[in-house]
Amino acid sequence: MKILVPVKRVVDYNVKVRVKADQTGVEIANVKMSMNPFDEIAIEEAVKLKEAGVVTEIIAVSIGVTQCQETLRTALAMGADRAILVETTAEIQPLAVAKLLKAIVANETPQLVILGKQAIDDDSNQTGQMLAALLNWPQATFASKVTIANGEAEVMREIDGGMETVAIKLPAIITTDLRLNTPRYATLPNIMKAKKKQLDIITPESMGVDVTPRLKTLKVVEPAKRKGGIMVPDVATLVEKLRNEAKVI
Amino acid sequence: MATLVIAEHDNSSLKAGVTNTVAAAHKLGGDIHVLVAGSGCAGAATAAAAVAGVSKVLVADAAHYAGSVAENLAPLVVGIAKDYSHIMAGATAFGKNLMPRVAALLDVMQISDIVSVDSADTFVRPIYAGNAFATVQSSDAIKIITVRSTGFDAVAATGGNAVIENIAASADAGVSRVVKQELSKSDRPELAAAKRIVSGGRGLGDGDKYRAVLEPLADKLGAALGASRAAVDAGFVPNDYQVGQTGKIVAPELYIAVGISGAIQHLAGMKESKVIVAINKDPDAPIFQVADYGLVGDLFTLVPELTAAI
Repeated sequence: MKILVPVKRVVDYNVKVRVKADQTGVEIANVKMSMNPFDEIAIEEAVKLKEAGVVTEIIAVSIGVTQCQETLRTALAMGADRAILVETTAEIQPLAVAKLLKAIVANETPQLVILGKQAIDDDSNQTGQMLAALLNWPQATFASKVTIANGEAEVMREIDGGMETVAIKLPAIITTDLRLNTPRYATLPNIMKAKKKQLDIITPESMGVDVTPRLKTLKVVEPAKRKGGIMVPDVATLVEKLRNEAKVI
Repeated sequence: MATLVIAEHDNSSLKAGVTNTVAAAHKLGGDIHVLVAGSGCAGAATAAAAVAGVSKVLVADAAHYAGSVAENLAPLVVGIAKDYSHIMAGATAFGKNLMPRVAALLDVMQISDIVSVDSADTFVRPIYAGNAFATVQSSDAIKIITVRSTGFDAVAATGGNAVIENIAASADAGVSRVVKQELSKSDRPELAAAKRIVSGGRGLGDGDKYRAVLEPLADKLGAALGASRAAVDAGFVPNDYQVGQTGKIVAPELYIAVGISGAIQHLAGMKESKVIVAINKDPDAPIFQVADYGLVGDLFTLVPELTAAI
């Protein structure tokens, strides 16, 4: 069966972002960009399913600017078979992403779409669930273990009080949590091979999907700074401060 | 204008965050209704009717709501959505799983994880792990919102006297089922709602030492136990202990970080705490930049000393 894995190009997780002085957003010019970490986990899971003989073809999809091709090449180097870029410079919000992915699913007919549970830039945590709704497919979010058998996915999910295992019928949507796997590094030979793999470029307009944003960002500001703390020399001073200054014990 | 709050519950009682979500709904003005969908959920419905400021509780009781699967709950919410200008749930695993599904079925963009209500269509939400806050305005007719509980002081869970009304259940989608749940059992306060939290990181070394060092302190303080991602990844404690960007967001009165270096994604989950104490052997650890009180040294000596002193 085919599997589709959407990947997003985001500011690298090690970069501490800075808010722009005009409050229109965060500074992303000349900042290191990488694949969203949860999407790396999604690609890794797809590759593992292929290695286990469950999946025959992995299609990576990205939506965004020309440079998203680099993100897709990373996915191809990790083991995806081919890639699709929906190229646009417009702001694409999760609902529009889900609509574009729905159109791609209609063309490619995968049995499974694995997505990262959230992107670490807008922290929305929406796209997988929205795609599931638009396709009327079942969903297993925040996966920490995936088993595919008998037309079903059995997925262990991270929930607030512990773990939950759900069984969902294929075709289905899975979103990844941190502990699903440890993504592999792309090896040099695989990076070279990835350059020759198929990468198709399409546009939202050619897909007939309305991607108009529904949310308008009025401003972006820095969080209030915590006032500086103090270092205490010993436990006795700490207890005294907590008792008499902070009054929390 | 009326707001519908989707209650997270265990059929007999409400989860802690519901009263915070109702508090966010209060900021909008207008009637507040609460939906309790479950299986044998009369107890939770009664609890919802007692929450301050709630005027009506809608109850949908059916066997296929037992596992709270989004495939069954989303059509139920969509079916009654036209009566509301806003639909809210807590930004918990439950709310995050359900609400985007509702939003897409209604063809609206969800506003995730709000920490402030500016007006009926404008909200503030953290982005980039809380390193920036965006003010966003929605142009959609129905606002689908998840609420970060630490942004809103909970309303009283008692004193209300709402009408309870049964509504028809939606059909069972029949595409998903809960096989099992393994919930952590603990006599400690719930992490997300605790007033005091003792949290441990990789510096503890292993799970046995984590428990040996931190449990006595937590017992003495009546605190919940938390952990950094590093400690969870290393298997010291289960995943539901994790505090951070992708774990739980907490804002207790006292947060004691032990052996936690203070990665950006951990700080995102706890820097709204009222008082932060950091104990770490590395004086340059980033955790000290957000700590009110920092103590440099060997945690295996300092923590037992602290436990004995309070």
